[in-house]
Amino acid sequence: MSSNLDQLYRQVIMDHYKNPRNKGVLEDGALNINMNNPTCGDRIQLTLKVEDGKIESANFDGEGCSISLASASMMTQAVKGLPVEDALKLAKIFYDMMLGNDYDDESYDLGDIEALQGVSKFPARIKCATLAWKAMEQGVGKKDEEE
Amino acid sequence: MSAKEWRKLFPILDQEVNGKPLVYLDSAATSQKPIQVIETLDKYYKEFNSNVHRGVHTLGTRATDGYEGAREKVRRFIGAKSTQEIIFTRGTTTAINTVARSYGMANLSEGDEIVITPMEHHSNIIPWQQVAKATGATLKYIPLQPDGTIDLQDVEKTVTEHTKIVSVMQVSNVLGTINPIKEIASIAHKNGAVMVVDGAQSAPHMKVDVQDLDCDFFAFSAHKMCGPTGIGVLYGKKALLNKMEPVEFGGEMIDFVGLQESTWKELPWKFEGGTPIIAGAIGLGAAIDFLEDIGLDNILKVEHKLAEYAMERLSELEGVTIYGPKHRAGLVTFNLDDVHPHDVATVLDSEGIAVRAGHHCAQPLMKWLDVTATARASFYLYNTEDDIDAFIKGLTTAKEYFGHVF
Repeated sequence: MSSNLDQLYRQVIMDHYKNPRNKGVLEDGALNINMNNPTCGDRIQLTLKVEDGKIESANFDGEGCSISLASASMMTQAVKGLPVEDALKLAKIFYDMMLGNDYDDESYDLGDIEALQGVSKFPARIKCATLAWKAMEQGVGKKDEEE
Repeated sequence: MSAKEWRKLFPILDQEVNGKPLVYLDSAATSQKPIQVIETLDKYYKEFNSNVHRGVHTLGTRATDGYEGAREKVRRFIGAKSTQEIIFTRGTTTAINTVARSYGMANLSEGDEIVITPMEHHSNIIPWQQVAKATGATLKYIPLQPDGTIDLQDVEKTVTEHTKIVSVMQVSNVLGTINPIKEIASIAHKNGAVMVVDGAQSAPHMKVDVQDLDCDFFAFSAHKMCGPTGIGVLYGKKALLNKMEPVEFGGEMIDFVGLQESTWKELPWKFEGGTPIIAGAIGLGAAIDFLEDIGLDNILKVEHKLAEYAMERLSELEGVTIYGPKHRAGLVTFNLDDVHPHDVATVLDSEGIAVRAGHHCAQPLMKWLDVTATARASFYLYNTEDDIDAFIKGLTTAKEYFGHVF
C-alpha cells in the first residue's frame, strides 16, 4: 500500500467516517442546505443555527464516501461556536490546504481538519472533501440574504 | 490475433500508473485508441487538413473525400441503406438531442406519450423530459424486471396508441443488459410510434444492423469504439429525416440564402451546420476499419468470456454485490460491503487499476437499485484475464485496507 494512500485514509478520518460527530438534522428554524456532488452522487444536508453572527450549532446528514462524510463531520465540529466571519476564513484555509497551497495554520486551531491534508495528493477526491464546506458557505450566505 | 496481440496496438496501455502496470477497465466511459487511429489523425493534420465541400483546391478535395469516405464506412458498419441517412454529430448526446428537438418538438402534443426505461443514460432521459415539458406530452417508463431486464409484456402494456416515440438503449452502461431492440421496435411500430435507439454501448461491441433492428433512429459515439472524442453518428430513416427541420443553422447546411429566407441542402448535410468534424469523422472511419479487421464477432466473444470470468472471480469474494442480469455485455457493476465505491476506486487507482465510480449518468437507475453510487469495471478487446486477476487482487487489497482501518 502506498504511503499516499495511508495519508489519504488516516485513522482520524476513518474515525470521523465511522463515528460521525454532529450527525442528524437540526429543527426549529435552522438554516437548511442541501448540496450534491453531481459527478458522483454524494449528497449532504447541512443544518445551521446562526445567532448574532455566530454559528451556534451545525449538523449534517447525507450519503457519500469516507472523505466527504469525514470532512462534513470535521467541518461541523470546527465551525460550531465560531463567528460566521471566522468560519468563512476557515473555509478559505481549508481550500488552500486542499489545493496543496501553503495555508495559515496559526490563526485557528485546525484540529482534526489537518488530517485531510493528504487529499490534496488525490485531485479526483478534492471535491468530496470540500462539499460540506461549500454547503456551509452557501448556508451563511443565505443568512446574509435574509438579513 | 489474440487479445494480447490486439493490446499491443494501443500505445497508451504500455505504461505504469502509480508505479504499477496500467490496467484500464473503464472502456464503457471511453475506449483507448489503437495506433492506426492515432496515425490517421496525425496524417490528416500533417498532410491534407482543409475545409470540406467548398475548396476547389487539391487539399480540399482530399479532405472531402476522406470525410465522405468515412460516412460510407459508417453506412456499411451499421447496415444503413444510404449515406444520406448518416449524420455526423458531436456524439450520442447530440444525436439524441437532434431527434428530440427536430422530430419530437414538431410531432408531439398534449396527450401524446414518449416511452423510455429507468435504465437509460441521462442523455436518453433529459432530452425527452424537455420535449414533454415543451409539448405537454407524457414521459412514461417501461418497468424493469428485478434482474434489470425488460419483459416484452411490459413493453406491450406501456406502449399505447398515444405513444409517438419509444427510446431505449441497446446495452445498459450500468447493468450490462442487452435489450431486445428488434422486438421493442416492432411493438413501437404496431402502435404507430418511432423507435429511437441509444447505441453508445452496443455499436463498439457487437454487429449492429439498423435495417434488421428496423429502428427509425440510432445514435452512437466514436470515442467508445476506438475513435476520437467529439464525433458521433445519428442514423435516421431517410423518409423521416427528409421531413425534419435542422436544429442548427449556418454555414455548410444551406442551399440558397436570401435576406429573409433560406433553403437547406439535401440530406445528410442539412443537419451538419458549420464546419464539420472532419478529423473526427476520418478518425472514426479508421476506427471502423480497425474493428472490422478484428471482427465484431471476435470482440463480442472475448468480452463475453471476460465478463463471465470477472463474475466468477467476483463471486469468490465475500461482501460483493453485483448488479444486473447474468447474461450481459462486457462490464460488471458492483459494490463492496462497507466500502464506498469512491474509496474502492481510489484504492484500485493506487494499484494502477482504472475503474469508474459514481452514478454513471444514470441517477434514476441508481434510485431503482436503491444505491447512491456503484463501482464499474468495463472491458474491451484489449483486456485480458490478467487484467481481471489484477482487479480482483486490488479489490482484496481494498477490503483488507478498509477492514484494517475500521
